[in-house]
Amino acid sequence: MEHFDFGVSMAFWLTILSTLLCIYYGAVNWNKGSEDKVDKKVKEWANLEDKIDEEL
Amino acid sequence: MGALENIIIIIYLALVGYLGFLGYKQTKSTTDYLIAGRDTHPFIMALSYGATFISTAAIVGFGGVAAWLGQSLLWLTFFNIFVGIFVAFVFLGNPTRKMGYRLNAHTFPEFLGKRFDSKFIQLFGAVIILLFMPLYATAVLIGGTHFISLYFSVDYSSALFVFSIIITAYVIAGGLKGVMLTDALQGTIMFVAMVILLFFTFDSLGGVGAAYEKLENVWAQTVLPLSEMSMKELKPGGPDFMMKLSMLWGFNGWSEMPVFMSNGWLFVITTITLGVGIGVLAQPQLVVRFMTVKSKQELNRAVLIGGIFIISMTGFIFIVGALTNAWFFEFNEGKNALQSAGSVGKVIPHFINEAMPKWFSFIFLFALISAAMSTLSSQFHTMGTAVGRDLIEQIASKELNSTRVTRVGIVVMISFAVALAYAFDQQPAIIARSTAIFFALCAAIFLPSFVGGLFWKRMTTKGAIASMIVGLVVSSFWLLFVHFKEAKELGLCKAIFGTNSLLSGKIIFVDALIIALPLSILTAIIVSLMTKPMSEEHLDRCFKD
Repeated sequence: MEHFDFGVSMAFWLTILSTLLCIYYGAVNWNKGSEDKVDKKVKEWANLEDKIDEEL
Repeated sequence: MGALENIIIIIYLALVGYLGFLGYKQTKSTTDYLIAGRDTHPFIMALSYGATFISTAAIVGFGGVAAWLGQSLLWLTFFNIFVGIFVAFVFLGNPTRKMGYRLNAHTFPEFLGKRFDSKFIQLFGAVIILLFMPLYATAVLIGGTHFISLYFSVDYSSALFVFSIIITAYVIAGGLKGVMLTDALQGTIMFVAMVILLFFTFDSLGGVGAAYEKLENVWAQTVLPLSEMSMKELKPGGPDFMMKLSMLWGFNGWSEMPVFMSNGWLFVITTITLGVGIGVLAQPQLVVRFMTVKSKQELNRAVLIGGIFIISMTGFIFIVGALTNAWFFEFNEGKNALQSAGSVGKVIPHFINEAMPKWFSFIFLFALISAAMSTLSSQFHTMGTAVGRDLIEQIASKELNSTRVTRVGIVVMISFAVALAYAFDQQPAIIARSTAIFFALCAAIFLPSFVGGLFWKRMTTKGAIASMIVGLVVSSFWLLFVHFKEAKELGLCKAIFGTNSLLSGKIIFVDALIIALPLSILTAIIVSLMTKPMSEEHLDRCFKD
């Protein structure tokens, strides 16, 4: 932006870059980090197995 | 008001009612009511975080400040996105979520209390929230009510009554699920309105390049001539007085930074950028949102949505705010924005009414009401949980029903905020400054314990308590007796010492957070290192899955 001085230009481009960083990070990691869901399901399954074992 | 406008209002209220009802239907446990069942969709989480953060004051108030001081405020947008979204979600979000789950924490004070194994910390956190958040909520409530009463031509009291009843209904019934679902709807409306606003602003000024060329000319035509006048010749608080003041503070144009280390530079960088930009990290109503999702994946996705949302809020309004000067100059007899609107707070509403099509001013009103509602509902929920979960349950000797106690807390706190809003519709200084006060206090009091609690196992209970007390004492002292804005408007310094500030010179332009936060961090480190570490068993409970 040629109408901004150096300080405002910095703020402007850092704003744009940080938004792009958020978009990039979100897109790249869109499907990552869901291990807890798996853990939870494994735990639920294990609990269910224990219950069945007890009943048997 | 036309039939179409009536229909849109009814649809909006029906949607809010439906989402509140959905929250109610999905709320089956205390965890559902307090932290939305730890199962929130990333879109809802991100928009709820953003919409809670951005109140009407952030759009109208800061937009007006941009019309006055220009686009150096974009530094705040950078901090909002980089610190408030990226750092918060990527570095603090997941550790908070995991620790909150391990410790079974349902509120921010409970989180800190359980991390440091201290009932005192939980009670202290609740008391801070209950002392200062009602003022912040009242400011938002008064702002939202004024817009409703102006647009619909109803008196202030009736508007306040209806507005607060609607919010009360869905916060009490739907708990945090209801709050976050309605936040997402309101955030969407805010996003659409801001995108249209930016487009129309540039379009009406002939495009981006032409708009900025015109803006440079307006400063030369309307502000530079003031350099030959003295402040005494100008009406105190009037538009020319304010613009002359901005020049004395070191501002040279709406597209330029104020002179380095000038009063204006210190105000923009320390109070606006760092005060709000860092203060957001320790806001109880925002931190609790990290505990509403079930895995890191939701937080990762929320980073993308949150980043786009925040730039479209503060980024767009700071650009539009400054450009209103060019629009008014071109279409209102060569006047700048403050000369046309009369005061900083009136610039954005005046611009919407004068420059935008009638249908858009209706949409923008909805965006402003949505901004107020989304912030208020979260504040009411947080204050309710502070009363119920953190205060009454901790003091009571027997086990209580958290949801019921929290509902009672919400009713009490809403009644209190509404009573304040009835009594002070013209916003006395303490309420008008309450947002800045709340941000500074939260950062100085909670941030070292929150971040230290997440990442530093050596931090002790005594270190956390000492840091919180130092944060409270130093920031209160600075706000009451030193800072040029708060100390003057709160008036206690004048009443006791006969002067607006105990200090003089540039230091009075430095925000309370800049002084109090380093001292609070230092206290946390020194006291923690001097006291006995917390037990390994307790640390395992906090840090190990």
